[in-house]
Amino acid sequence: MSAIVHMENIRRDFIFGPQVVKALKGVSFSVQPGEFITIMGSSGSGKSTLLNIIGCLDKATEGEYLLDGTNVKSMDKNELASLRNRKIGFVFQSFNLLPRTSALENVELPLLYQKGISQSERRDRAMNALEKVKLADRYEHRPNQLSGGQQQRVAIARALVNEPVLILADEPTGNLDTRTSYEIMTLIQELNQDQQKTILVVTHEPDIAAFSGRTLTLRDGRLLRDAQNPNIRSAKEALASIPKADDF
Amino acid sequence: MSFINLLKIALRALRRNKLRAFLTMLGIIIGVGAVITMMSIGEGSKKSIESTFSSMGTNMITIRPYSNIPMPGGVRMGSSNIQTLTLNDVEKIGEEVKNISALSPGLASGGQAIRGSKNWPTSIQGVGPDYLSIRKLEIASGSNFNEEHIKSFAKVCVIGQTVVKNLFEAGENPVGQIIRFGKIPFQVIGVLAAKGQNTFGQDQDDIIVAPYTTIMKRISATIYLQNIYVSAVSEDLSNLVTDDIIRTMRASHKLRTGQANDFDVRTQAELISNMSSTSNMMTTLLTAVAAISLVIGGIGIMNIMYVSVTERTREIGLRMSIGAKGRDILLQFLTEAIIISITGGLIGVLLGVTASWFVSRFLNWPTIISESSMVISFFVCVFTGVFFGYYPAIKAASLDPIDALRYE
Repeated sequence: MSAIVHMENIRRDFIFGPQVVKALKGVSFSVQPGEFITIMGSSGSGKSTLLNIIGCLDKATEGEYLLDGTNVKSMDKNELASLRNRKIGFVFQSFNLLPRTSALENVELPLLYQKGISQSERRDRAMNALEKVKLADRYEHRPNQLSGGQQQRVAIARALVNEPVLILADEPTGNLDTRTSYEIMTLIQELNQDQQKTILVVTHEPDIAAFSGRTLTLRDGRLLRDAQNPNIRSAKEALASIPKADDF
Repeated sequence: MSFINLLKIALRALRRNKLRAFLTMLGIIIGVGAVITMMSIGEGSKKSIESTFSSMGTNMITIRPYSNIPMPGGVRMGSSNIQTLTLNDVEKIGEEVKNISALSPGLASGGQAIRGSKNWPTSIQGVGPDYLSIRKLEIASGSNFNEEHIKSFAKVCVIGQTVVKNLFEAGENPVGQIIRFGKIPFQVIGVLAAKGQNTFGQDQDDIIVAPYTTIMKRISATIYLQNIYVSAVSEDLSNLVTDDIIRTMRASHKLRTGQANDFDVRTQAELISNMSSTSNMMTTLLTAVAAISLVIGGIGIMNIMYVSVTERTREIGLRMSIGAKGRDILLQFLTEAIIISITGGLIGVLLGVTASWFVSRFLNWPTIISESSMVISFFVCVFTGVFFGYYPAIKAASLDPIDALRYE
């Protein structure tokens, strides 16, 4: 099997007037299908830039990037948009759900930008994705009627609906409390282990990184460490170990 | 993205802010409504002026005595006192001018019409038999006088409805009755059909028509005429006929080159075009003012669309990150703007039609709503929506997804 993500000597320079900021200074790594990877790094380490490049929102100044075997170098904006649509599912820190729009319609959104999908197929696939995040019974609810954790699960369903080769999560637990964070990580682990989804999570909490199989650490635009995690912590057990917060 | 999905997304976005969408629409509604109302008022008054003239006979040409040459002492004379038109002129015109369908001398005399104990102040028109056809007057009962009556200075007349009303009892048949005009008895041989008032408020039924010879000889005791009425074969030919008349009249009056005309020739077409151009100018002016409000409505759309784009920057970023192309975003915002302008336009058309109806119903102004004014203003407002919605939409489409997602 070929790599989902293959990066070779990726550089990214930002030019602000006379000043050139080198955000990435030659990053190389590969992600194999079925891997669950976390990217760690302090702010300014270049992890957001790396995430943008992996997510095809940005292009590298130099170096080769193959997403699922496709070189994105010569692609224009529109081609990148449809590549994102087919290959990548995004999960954001702030959920980014459309307000006053039902969970189901939020999940349907990526399918709207794909040709040739009937309304009924769209609905079926969105319901299916909502079932995967155990929110099928809340499909009519609007974001303001859902808790933070539920909103993030809707966002994950939205990332799943297109059956992408890669799920990219940018600090998915950043806005959530510990308990809800563990719930979300449990879901992500299940998606990875039970459904063999390839998942890449950006975080700055070592706590979260412990749930993944491999951790990339960035510092100052370079890959500092690329470590396999020999004993992956189970998010389910972690969730069980913290006391239930129903006493107030 | 399919058209239906675009519509759905745009409608949902507008529903999120119903009041704002409506207020934005209001600019367009008022603009379109105003344009349609103003155009209908303009059209209506133009039509009413035209119909007044055509009821007077659009191809009528009137010749009146006129002089710029001051009389001794510097006094200028009123046209009825200038003695230049004669029956000879009528004869010459009849012989030499082509393309005329009717010709009549004319002179009027004011006085009291009397019958028994009733009387009515009016004037009597001394004219030829052609006069009725020139003025588009119709006989309701009885008959017109003829050449025999002219030759014999017959004391016969044809009277209008106002005269009938004032001299006769209701239901009485005036035909064959005798009335007096001043001291002269006239036999009524015909009654004219009612014509009502013209736009200037003149009663067109307050009229007594009699052979000109009778008036010249028995009432006015003159050999001069006050008018000569000519009907051109068609309205288009009236200018040509006018030129011929001027030539003939100058020859008949033996005027030398350079000498001013001692008569004045006027066509109705001239008057109509003057009046129409005045009312056209008013229509244009009113429509222009209304059109400005349409432009302001368009700017309102643009303003709100810019606000909306800024407000929804994160949404745009999200849509782009999950695969929306710039074109999809552009179309989404453009569709919103067009929905606002089309809906506003439709409501505006309704408003305009209703307002015109109210104007004609309660102000009694004539209004005519032309389909063209509705179609034009509707398309103008759709164009307004596209035009003013385009720039905000372009702005939305050109956003960078990374920046847009981070926008606070």
